[in-house]
Amino acid sequence: MSYFRAHVLVCVGTPCMLKGAGAVKDALGREIDRAGLGDEIRVVETGCLGPCDEGPVIIVYPEGVMYSKLKPEDISRIVQEHLLKGRVVEDLVYREKAGEARPVVSLEEKGYLDRQQRIVLRNCGRIDPDSIEEYIANDGYEALGKVLTSLTPEQVVAMVKDSGLRGRGGAGFPTGLKWSFTAGVEADHKYIICNADEGEPGTFKDRLILEGDPHSIIEAMAIAGYAVGASQGIVYIRGEYTLSIERLRKAVARAKELGLLGEGIFGTDFNFDITIRTGAGAYVCGEETALIESLEGKRGEPRIKPPYPGVAGLWGKPTVVNNVETLANIPPIILKGAEWFRSIGTETTPGTKVFTMLGDINNQGLIEVPMGITLRKVIYGVGGGIPGGKGFKLAQTGGTSGGCLPKEFLDLPMDYDTLAEAGSALGSGALLIIDDSHCIVDILCCFMKFFRHESCGQCTPCREGTARLYDLLHALTLGEAGRNEIRLIRELCQAMQLSSLCGLGQSAPNSVVTALQYFEDEIYRHAAGECPAGVCRGLSPKLRAKVI
Amino acid sequence: MAVKSSAAETATMNVGQVIREYKADPGALLEILRDIQEVHGYLSKDIIEEVADGLNIPASRVYGVATFYTLLATEPKGKYIIRVCESPPCHIRGAVNVLETLQELLGINPGETTKDKKFTLELTSCLGVCGVAPAMVIDDRVYGNLTPERVKEILEEYS
Repeated sequence: MSYFRAHVLVCVGTPCMLKGAGAVKDALGREIDRAGLGDEIRVVETGCLGPCDEGPVIIVYPEGVMYSKLKPEDISRIVQEHLLKGRVVEDLVYREKAGEARPVVSLEEKGYLDRQQRIVLRNCGRIDPDSIEEYIANDGYEALGKVLTSLTPEQVVAMVKDSGLRGRGGAGFPTGLKWSFTAGVEADHKYIICNADEGEPGTFKDRLILEGDPHSIIEAMAIAGYAVGASQGIVYIRGEYTLSIERLRKAVARAKELGLLGEGIFGTDFNFDITIRTGAGAYVCGEETALIESLEGKRGEPRIKPPYPGVAGLWGKPTVVNNVETLANIPPIILKGAEWFRSIGTETTPGTKVFTMLGDINNQGLIEVPMGITLRKVIYGVGGGIPGGKGFKLAQTGGTSGGCLPKEFLDLPMDYDTLAEAGSALGSGALLIIDDSHCIVDILCCFMKFFRHESCGQCTPCREGTARLYDLLHALTLGEAGRNEIRLIRELCQAMQLSSLCGLGQSAPNSVVTALQYFEDEIYRHAAGECPAGVCRGLSPKLRAKVI
Repeated sequence: MAVKSSAAETATMNVGQVIREYKADPGALLEILRDIQEVHGYLSKDIIEEVADGLNIPASRVYGVATFYTLLATEPKGKYIIRVCESPPCHIRGAVNVLETLQELLGINPGETTKDKKFTLELTSCLGVCGVAPAMVIDDRVYGNLTPERVKEILEEYS
């Protein structure tokens, strides 16, 4: 491998590409050649660096200086000043929007990443995702080597159990326990499925992990295969994720070339292969049994559980289904141990969580922070506060199936259990921040429109419930519903939570239930013909009707 | 759209060929339908029956799958398919204005195709590009940070 004096990492995540990262990268190549630095400086395409609304973003290593909002014409200055003369171009350096306005000069030492802790995203933005060599140089495939040559499958399962890792797809089920179910069943075939059918609105963490560090998922799936006795892995990935599919295909092919997938891995008798299957646009396929149905070429309708997939999954065989983010935690746990993992995060939910911060917040994008962080720290710390001097109204945690939490919950330490108690969920890690210019009923309407469309139609409470909930909420925004309809909404929510077949229907009313609890007055005002936020077009913002 | 399979690259391919490519495995029904649609544009009644015969499964099952997934279509669509993201992050950043602008400019509602068969307007769930909300996608191209003005400019690029 040749030696380069400096590396320039260009973020080619989708948001940066939309903002012109392609032209920036072309300009970099041109300017570096023009300056005669082609042999000394390497330009690398990398996965998302996080501050998506500041794109296009590049990082110059070894210093770790991050430049943002670049235009092709800025590049010649960076090449001339920074790469030739070693002087940082201050005015192009990435700055956080709120708080202290100092530039983030070193990615490692101060600023943006300072308040984060990266385990899952350890390689994103640091290595070339298309290069297996760079992954290996950063301890890649070492964990797989370790388990194959020095640990028994039982020891691997025990290690993951001891780490306390819980599934990051949304439900938070203990991963080690899941593995132990499948490991304990005798079968001629077992499967490891990586659930990359990321469809929760506002969530794009799995896409960025797959785009930025595909080998970590391949390695983790092979480790899982060894632990439970499976030799076949399948990645079920959203059909819309073109770039992730391409990167993953390349990564699997390279791993096969180097003998890290296939037969007799690391000179042992362990065989493991991975195939990639794409979805065709159905949110419900993120539910593990619906995903399995889809893999079998059927409509993605959830199965009745039990039996659980761990015992009878794909083609009736024992199947482990793990989320992308869950899997990305596996290699570091194997290398650094369960104790180390337990030292991060909270007692009941160790480790970190990748959140996507969205909506009315200054720094939109992806962050990875220890479990148990509070909303206040995320919003006003890493997130840089709410733009336009507006006030905080609510945060929806866990994506569209989560609850609406008002400002009383800003200091709640977030993990699976605390949020569930508050009526919400940690879910996929989507954090939708909504400022006080929005109307709660209008927002609920939008949530329910989504579920009305995504309900698979198999069970009645969900199929009919999501549609009727939408109708009732919509009528409220038009001033065509009163207190009676609000009572119906409450009853319907309860019926759906209790009697829907799968998690989709059970959690679809969460936002409405929490809103009825925390924003009751605002909802009842709609029944009296008033929209306090002035959003609902059919209603008067000024009407001061006496309510309740 | 997903990366094209080798089968879909041959424009002259017929349904039977695709089925053979997947060894007539009903488990690959989704992939088979996507590859066929890639070439034919949509899944007609004839195609659905041919696939059912080829895989030796009921046509109702093929139709059930074809109508379940949003990326599969049983009706002909316009030359360009515009999908507007209607998920909450886009909604609170003004997706409604984007949709209304498109409806006005194209003269159609979501789910419809323009008379000249040029554009089909659809709504989609999260595209995963929330950092640049509101967003839409035209075929495979994603457009973000949309305003009514920007939508107008983009449509002009396609006319």
